[in-house]
Amino acid sequence: MQTPAPVDYAKATSVAHAIELLQQLGDEARPIAGGHSLLPMMKLRLAAPEALVDLNDIPELQGVRIEGDHIVVGAMTKHRDILESAILHEHYPIFREAEHVIADPIVRNRGTIGGSACQADPAADLSAVGSALRGTAVIQGPGGTREVPLREFHDGPYMTVLEPTEVLVALKYPIRPGAGSAYEKVERRHGDWGVATAGVFVVVRDGVVADCGIGNAAVGAEHYCSPGAEDALIGQPATEESFAAAAKVAGEQCNPSADQRGPVDYKRHLTTELTLRALRRAAAASQGA
Amino acid sequence: MTAVEDTPSVPLSPAGNPIGFGRMPRKEDVRFLRGQGNYVDDLNLPGMLHGAVLRSPFAHARINSIDTSAAEALPGVKAVITGETLAGLGLAWMPTLSYDTQAVLATDKVRFQGQEVAFVIAESRYIARDALELIDVDYDPLPVVYDAKKALDADAPVIRDDKEGKTDNHIYDWEAGDKDKTEAAFAAADVVVTEDILYPRVHPAPMETCGSVAHMDPVTGKLTLWTTTQAPHAHRTVYALVAGLPEQKIQVISPDIGGGFGNKVPIYPGYVLSIVGSIVTGKPVKWMEDRSENLMSTGFARDYHMKASIASTKDGKILAVKVDVLADHGAFNGTAQPTKYPAGFFHIFTGSYDYPAAYCNVKAVYTNKAPGGVAYACSFRITEAAYVIERIVDCLAAELKMDPAELRLKNLLKPEQFPYTTPTGWEYDSGDYEKTMRVAMEMAGYEELRKEQAEKRARGEYMGIGISFFTEGVGAGPRKHMDILGLGMADGCDLRVHPTGKAQVRLSVQTQGQGHETTFAQIVAHELGIPPEDIEVIHGDTDNTPFGLGTYGSRSTPVSGAAAALVARKVRDKARLIAAAALECAPDDLEWELGRWYVKGDPSRGRTIQEIAMDAHGPLELPDGVEGHLDAQVVYNPPNLTYPYGCYICVVDVDPGTGQVKVRRFIAVDDCGPRINPTIVEGQVHGGLADGVGMALMELIAFDEEGNNLGGSFMDYLLPTSMECPDWELGETVTPSPHHPIGAKGVGESATVGSPAAVVNAVIDAISPFGVRHADMPLTPANVWRAIQGSPVRTDIAVS
Ligand SMILES: Cc1cc2nc3c(=O)[nH]c(=O)nc-3n(C[C@H](O)[C@H](O)[C@H](O)COP(=O)(O)OP(=O)(O)OC[C@H]3O[C@@H](n4cnc5c(N)ncnc54)[C@H](O)[C@@H]3O)c2cc1C
Repeated sequence: MQTPAPVDYAKATSVAHAIELLQQLGDEARPIAGGHSLLPMMKLRLAAPEALVDLNDIPELQGVRIEGDHIVVGAMTKHRDILESAILHEHYPIFREAEHVIADPIVRNRGTIGGSACQADPAADLSAVGSALRGTAVIQGPGGTREVPLREFHDGPYMTVLEPTEVLVALKYPIRPGAGSAYEKVERRHGDWGVATAGVFVVVRDGVVADCGIGNAAVGAEHYCSPGAEDALIGQPATEESFAAAAKVAGEQCNPSADQRGPVDYKRHLTTELTLRALRRAAAASQGA
Repeated sequence: MTAVEDTPSVPLSPAGNPIGFGRMPRKEDVRFLRGQGNYVDDLNLPGMLHGAVLRSPFAHARINSIDTSAAEALPGVKAVITGETLAGLGLAWMPTLSYDTQAVLATDKVRFQGQEVAFVIAESRYIARDALELIDVDYDPLPVVYDAKKALDADAPVIRDDKEGKTDNHIYDWEAGDKDKTEAAFAAADVVVTEDILYPRVHPAPMETCGSVAHMDPVTGKLTLWTTTQAPHAHRTVYALVAGLPEQKIQVISPDIGGGFGNKVPIYPGYVLSIVGSIVTGKPVKWMEDRSENLMSTGFARDYHMKASIASTKDGKILAVKVDVLADHGAFNGTAQPTKYPAGFFHIFTGSYDYPAAYCNVKAVYTNKAPGGVAYACSFRITEAAYVIERIVDCLAAELKMDPAELRLKNLLKPEQFPYTTPTGWEYDSGDYEKTMRVAMEMAGYEELRKEQAEKRARGEYMGIGISFFTEGVGAGPRKHMDILGLGMADGCDLRVHPTGKAQVRLSVQTQGQGHETTFAQIVAHELGIPPEDIEVIHGDTDNTPFGLGTYGSRSTPVSGAAAALVARKVRDKARLIAAAALECAPDDLEWELGRWYVKGDPSRGRTIQEIAMDAHGPLELPDGVEGHLDAQVVYNPPNLTYPYGCYICVVDVDPGTGQVKVRRFIAVDDCGPRINPTIVEGQVHGGLADGVGMALMELIAFDEEGNNLGGSFMDYLLPTSMECPDWELGETVTPSPHHPIGAKGVGESATVGSPAAVVNAVIDAISPFGVRHADMPLTPANVWRAIQGSPVRTDIAVS
């Protein structure tokens, strides 16, 4: 049995309360969401926060809803609820596809989208999805609420723009009529983090790629996305050649490092391969195939 | 679905269980399924303290000093023990099971990452762990031997400078077979194929990690040790020898054990530390390692670098095989092998084929890695042997452009050749190999699979079919050839039938999930006719069971199973004398039917075993020389090993764009002789097949240049899940062992031994159109893709 270091615990009942607690408990206090990233690190004593502020009982942080032309997902929405969300699936099947390959049912039953974003693991699947969709983070702190594009939310591996007393409240994704989306991932075993992943949306109009977003996790793509590949594709005919060219850019422009999941050349190749596969499927979906 | 047929029906007991062999639910499941098992960590004794081990972050470093004062000052800490404390007691080092020594706590230097450096004893597990962070160790890092292939380089740092006069990292050289004859066969061969084949380091990773609760009673001087051991009796003797404790005052109790797979054969520093901790504090001390400690410091498996060569005629008649092995034993030679066989039974690598010449040489080296070396259901290195021969036979098939099934069929030993003496000296007991192989091919639909493969290849799809035919030698073993630290590998067994006809059978072997409480009851039931639910199996407590060497190497049924059958027969013989007295006839006039002696020619006159049990304890006048009560004792010394075998066929689909492998089908036909409880046998096979898929595709402990263990958690050390396992398709043939009382051959490790080669052969078969003939395990997507690119990776060191 792994045993964490001593830690204090407080339960927040509202976002304002959580912020208040974080202010009171000081810099070494951390919010806890599903605990599926934070608790393992504490048990391994890689993290030793002095206090935990539990966000699980804050109703306003839960659930998926539509607000105007955006889908809003509360930060404490669990992976499982995202997997099962009809709203998300209707507009962006990429969510369900990604959730199917995130961890396992036990983790998905507790882990949250907000926790995943704030953990900022370089391999976080929902971060690639959020970047691909050019979503926005809604953040609340002592000074009020601010919005940060997801493509600016992460400051590098395991780092975000959040201040210690700020709480991520929700993630917002613009609805794009006619968009197709898809997620591809290769892992060494079911439930493992990706070796490389690709999540894309594509809007094809009259045979031409009118808009697209390309996200990649686990391969060191800055902000989990590949703007170079997007530039290479937007305005091009929706053909295998265009997809392959864009996917090649994604593979070239990411910055993977070698680890036990694979060497650099493989990860680049895989980024290209998975981006290509995702583009094909997303474009086909956009064209109603 | 399984193709297994139920064994012929035997009479059923009132509870509906077979009185003998056949399917019945496991008796132990009643408590396990209700969460009512009783594991070491469930034990809480009054006043019990908790220990935690400080481990080295470095793979190789000199220890300048250890400051424990801050840890000692933490409230709740009772004692901090270092190597220096132990040295004062003469306990800083302990013997391994292979006549080497291992540090209990490091004194001079640390030799692998995760090595034990200090031991804290505190009021709770949490406090003990907190205190570890307060211990200040001053290390001087030293150069690291992380690559076995460089261990013998002239400039390699000497790891075991604790051994007087040691100037290199060499442990031993060992050989088997006839070198000259083998070389001559190679010189005369039409075709020679050579391949470097690595069986990388893996870990048994039992669900329950290792631990112990030691209670040295300060008044009686008796040590009771509840511990995760597969070999309680052997451990008791070793503790007596190591610690100088009187053996009659040591009781080793192995309660429910959550998986062993060989991981719980060695004695670990933590066990010794809990004992020392109890001596020092006068209180019971619990030590239970966490998952990372288990993966990083306890008995690993394999780590064999093998260069294999096979010689044949051009039409595929095998002439000879030779293997050169570089064996990485880590920092201490902690392998648990019979003394005569430092490389275990590796020399069974000649496999299931008929050829006259074979030779192997094993060179073992120290590296800055965790010690161990025989674990993970390997039957004493037969896993490595089965893998290397089955891989190299496939390489030969590729070279000859011959179907690997055809090549195997051409070379398999024939039934009339048994008993068969192999070129390296094993005497295989019995087998009808071709029959087993044909059953497997039939179940698989081998010809259709090959057709499907050809069609798919034409479409650019890559499926592969892999075959493995393995023979194991299990049930160690004849005591004159096999001992561990001088303890011969024979097993005792006691059987007592109580007055009401209910029985207790006492075994030396300990179950870790194999279903002993059911299987052994069924063996006694088969011999005596007492229903299995009326037979209690008692094991895992040295004060209450006879001596024996424990459960590993698939030896429980071959050795203790034979003992149980023989002790039951002894009781049956005694029952005959008592029945004769009761029936007032001569013992020779009696005949046995299951559960009853009756008068020949007058079947209505007889005594059931239950009646005889009461007679044996009652006022009945017994004949001269017959003592009362109905019980017996035996020690079974096996005359030979038993040789289970099987044919496995695996079908995979490979995505060449990603390197991903999907195991689509797996057919396993095992011949382990008669199946005592087919359900339990199938369970053993299922588990072993999952192991095989795991090792072939994902399990690995690699090390980087600093000697960091890269498989130290379940995020890094990947075990297969149900998602990676297809529906296993099981079949059987039954060829009894001629020398075993019930013909049983043992099956605990068959599937672990036999399956990795089938999976790897299938993957290589799938990607052979890319010119691939071999790639090393684990065949992760990256490794498969690299193999396809013609640049396979070395899997034992960090990916770069
Ligand atoms: C075995 C396993 C496998 C996994 N596999 C994958 C995988 O394949 N792909 C994948 O993407 N993920 C995977 N995960 C991670 C999983 O998705 C986690 O649940 C997720 O990353 C973290 O979510 P959580 O709710 O558990 O966060 P927690 O662990 O509770 O928190 C994580 C961090 O975020 C902070 N935090 C959480 N919520 C907020 C908030 N609202 N505001 C501010 N800070 C906050 C916490 O303080 C902490 O620092 C895996 C996890 C496990 C245990």
